Amino acid sequence: MRHLVSAGDLSRDEALLVLDTAHEMAGLQQREIKKLPTLRGRTVVNLFYEDSTRTRISFEAAAKRLSADVINFSAKGSSVSKGESFKDTALTLQAMGADAVVVRHSASGAAQRLAASGWVGGSVVNAGDGTHEHPTQALLDAYTMRRRLNAGTGDLAGRRVAIVGDVLHSRVARSNVLLLATLGADVTLVAPPTLLPIGVESWPCAVSYDLDAVLPKADVVMLLRVQRERMSEAYFPSAREYTRRYGLDATRAAALQDSAIVMHPGPMNRGVEIAAEVADSERSTIVEQVANGVSVRMAVLYLLLGGAFDTSKEQQR
Amino acid sequence: MTTVPSAGRRDVEPGPAAAEDRDADVRTVLTAAEIDRSLSRIAHEVLERGKGGDDLVLLGIPTRGVALARRLAQRIASFEGSPVPVGSLDVTMYRDDLRLRPARALERTEIPASGVDGKLVVLVDDVLFSGRTVRAALTALDDVGRPRAVQLAVLVDRGHRELPIRADYVGKNIPTSLRENVLVQLAEHDGADAVLLRPAGGAR
Repeated sequence: MRHLVSAGDLSRDEALLVLDTAHEMAGLQQREIKKLPTLRGRTVVNLFYEDSTRTRISFEAAAKRLSADVINFSAKGSSVSKGESFKDTALTLQAMGADAVVVRHSASGAAQRLAASGWVGGSVVNAGDGTHEHPTQALLDAYTMRRRLNAGTGDLAGRRVAIVGDVLHSRVARSNVLLLATLGADVTLVAPPTLLPIGVESWPCAVSYDLDAVLPKADVVMLLRVQRERMSEAYFPSAREYTRRYGLDATRAAALQDSAIVMHPGPMNRGVEIAAEVADSERSTIVEQVANGVSVRMAVLYLLLGGAFDTSKEQQR
Repeated sequence: MTTVPSAGRRDVEPGPAAAEDRDADVRTVLTAAEIDRSLSRIAHEVLERGKGGDDLVLLGIPTRGVALARRLAQRIASFEGSPVPVGSLDVTMYRDDLRLRPARALERTEIPASGVDGKLVVLVDDVLFSGRTVRAALTALDDVGRPRAVQLAVLVDRGHRELPIRADYVGKNIPTSLRENVLVQLAEHDGADAVLLRPAGGAR
């Protein structure tokens, strides 16, 4: 692995390597001394063109626990507000010697552009680009599922995952579908037709408009945030109608299998896509997902930066 | 069975002089019975020097050091009649040669619940070569706790140290050339016990 731009770039073995590495990282995080010397002298730049709390903090914590130097860049309060282009900003970071650039951008394809352009010499990690992908979120979701359902080992073969809500604007959904398909899970997207992207039939998953039909069979229900900031058009008549048809309330949660878990990538709108009592229930992994995020991002940074660049992948894996 | 040894991870290849006929010059330097006797002797030595096994903790360095540590723990427990805490200590993220190779998969680190603070920790590995793995293990141990003392037990000492490190307990000293690989095979991983010596270059 040189870059991590799309969850679809990961082979099954690579994905499992990340999850296994994250498992070891999680073990090391139980210690009193959480810091590892592994990335000493390496520089990780968090290049955030879009607001984020948990992803940025999570990457920052992960890099710091591996002893990398972290430079945080957010578009607000930087030269971007003076009109500096993406390219010039990237070249500036390269001149400062970034070994990895973690990029979050509102434009789909920004991470790919950065990785393919050669503007930066180091690794590029996609931390969310527009409505395209968010691969580390998918990895931490898969890690959480594996921990809860498979005792932390193996792949997710045969597990039924329902991803519910605004798939159209969700980079989390796309990355999850690609990664979960690689790991052998059966994914069903559940959403009103207006919130499904064009071409969804070519994705490696099933599609349903009826949440109540999907719930009893699901091992995992992942709810997506209703993204008010991307809702410039009317995708559904009202938030209340959305909640009635696609929100996970206590009554619907009662239809789930006993072992089923409820996930949400956050930040959540309590009372819209998920009822507060479900979000705070035993099944909910929402807080766990955040904790697992640090371990998974440590694993990604370690695998990208911990060694020499992998020029002979076939030989090594 | 004679393919890629993980013991070879610290057998730095001396050059491109790859010997293709690697089966031709393979020599057995320790048989299963000899390994068995060495481990029994080391178990006795550990107890003798530590004046019993009261505050003893055995930590194996993956992969084969862990199997050896478990065997030693079994023996010490049978001699003393009480169980000995045994665990594993992965040193991958503490190595000094990380940037020379692509990132490696991590191994298990399992520290016994009783911890290592104030204990006599015996690190266990299969082959002692440059000493760099042991240096990494000592650094890794710093982050786990503060033992009363740290000792080192190895099945094979093959010489060629690059750091001021020595073993407290050695199964067998085997003089080697840098053009040779020491290959430790254990029943837990390879189906049978043996220590082999063979020309370098065939493994990778």
